[in-house]
Amino acid sequence: MAEPLIAVRGLSKSFGGLRATDRVDLDVEDGETHAIIGPNGAGKTTLIGQLAGDLRPDAGTTRFAGRDVTSLDAPARSRLGLARSFQITSIFPDFSALDNVALAVQAHSGHSFHFWRPARAERELREPALAVLGGVGLGARADVLAANLAHGEQRQLEIAMALATRPRLLLLDEPVAGMGLEETQRMVRLLSTLKRRVTIVLVEHDMDAVFTLADRISVMVYGRIIATGSPEEVRGNAEVRRAYLGEGTES
Amino acid sequence: MAISRRAIVLAAGAVLLALVPPVAGLLNQPFYVDLFRRMMIFAIAALSLDLILGYGGMVSFGHAAYLGIGAYAVGIFAFYGVDNGFLQWSVAIAASAAAALVIGVISIRTSGVYFIMITLAFTQMLYYLGISLETYGGDNGMPLKTRSQFAGLVDLRNPSAFYYVVLALLLLFLLLGRRLVDARFGMVIRSARSNEPRARAIGFAPFRYKLAAFVLAGGACGLAGALLANQTEYLTPDFMHWTRSGEIMFMVILGGMRTLFGPVLGAVVLLGLEDVLSALTEHWQIILGPFLVVVVLFAKRGLFGLVSRDG
Repeated sequence: MAEPLIAVRGLSKSFGGLRATDRVDLDVEDGETHAIIGPNGAGKTTLIGQLAGDLRPDAGTTRFAGRDVTSLDAPARSRLGLARSFQITSIFPDFSALDNVALAVQAHSGHSFHFWRPARAERELREPALAVLGGVGLGARADVLAANLAHGEQRQLEIAMALATRPRLLLLDEPVAGMGLEETQRMVRLLSTLKRRVTIVLVEHDMDAVFTLADRISVMVYGRIIATGSPEEVRGNAEVRRAYLGEGTES
Repeated sequence: MAISRRAIVLAAGAVLLALVPPVAGLLNQPFYVDLFRRMMIFAIAALSLDLILGYGGMVSFGHAAYLGIGAYAVGIFAFYGVDNGFLQWSVAIAASAAAALVIGVISIRTSGVYFIMITLAFTQMLYYLGISLETYGGDNGMPLKTRSQFAGLVDLRNPSAFYYVVLALLLLFLLLGRRLVDARFGMVIRSARSNEPRARAIGFAPFRYKLAAFVLAGGACGLAGALLANQTEYLTPDFMHWTRSGEIMFMVILGGMRTLFGPVLGAVVLLGLEDVLSALTEHWQIILGPFLVVVVLFAKRGLFGLVSRDG
């Protein structure tokens, strides 16, 4: 069997006395969409932060694309092909939508010690950015200030920024949180088109979205992954139902 | 193509500044050449601060340090009879940039109030260092023996010639600054100011870009210090006093952060008001203070935002 795209062993992180992640083992296969579900406070966002390189683990190792990335920070992991969206929308609000994506392109086009040519006139930054923006359905909104985009559009913009870095792995932290029904459907459709093209780790509370998108699901409770399996297996797992799905009631 | 109000304001500003020496000559008021030259020197300092404060989001409360280092570089050379301006000014820039490198390496790892305190602390250290340098006048300072010499190329003792040197440098820095903030380099520090976690997540490692901006700003302000020593023909630790850092910061905020041109306007207005009001009353700061408060409250983008709004 091929090596997983990202393989996590014994990853732990404590904040004071709280064990946010507790000896987490996780394998995400190349090409799959792997959802991580669990109650609030289970450590899902901490895990995403550790995978992205924003949080240093107290213990454990992370291998990505065949190399040990445990000691690499977020910018270095980004350059290896790891992209993320944040739980709380994180964009450059005072830049246009196109600027936001062009910055992501720029971050992956060598060093930025260029002092003379206006970056906004560089076709090698603007054209790929515009293409990605069109791909997520924001082509007509390119010149709008990111702060003035609707919430759902800002989440789409985050996906566009992530895609512009040509990632191998996309870490999505609650991409449909706070969205209305229509916006949620649009986002789920967008993510469906991304599946297969890119490996996705998806943290999400919206169970419809999770069961529509995920190939496999891991369930996280109290900082530990208590089960991993196909959507059917997880749905049928008694321990999971008890811990999270709440026995019959819809979440 | 319509010419923007911004471009008109800029062109008008440059022309007005260029006209100061002949007009002052006609009116037989040479003092104004001196005053406007001083304004432009502080404008260079303020626009260098705008690079890191406005575009880079680094609230440096110690920018006067580089003004002092630049001035002392000129003064100390002159003290030992070395009056070659090319050498003096190069060392002024290099020494200020080197100091900025040290201060930046330590301070840029922090942010917010810690950043402010560290930059302030370094500048206070340099201020007290200046006071302790008895050879160079201690806290009294010392007169500059001669203005910087440029091998007969230009004579800074001629007030107008010196004036146009400063004007040329100001315009050069405006051009360089404009290019820099719009180039890839500028986009990195601006994105990091806007949202640093996001900048890191898309793959930028902002530290070295912010540090480079900090060093460039320090070097530019060091040159302003070299000019200031020639302007006052005197050097004193007061150049590095923390109120001086505050003044430069006020010029940036008053004129309009993140505009480069705003800080120039801020320097002209602040020093102009100081001159006019101090002639009216010795309690001129009582008038200046409320004025600054009103501008900060009602003109979010500073004075330059008011006059250049493209309609």
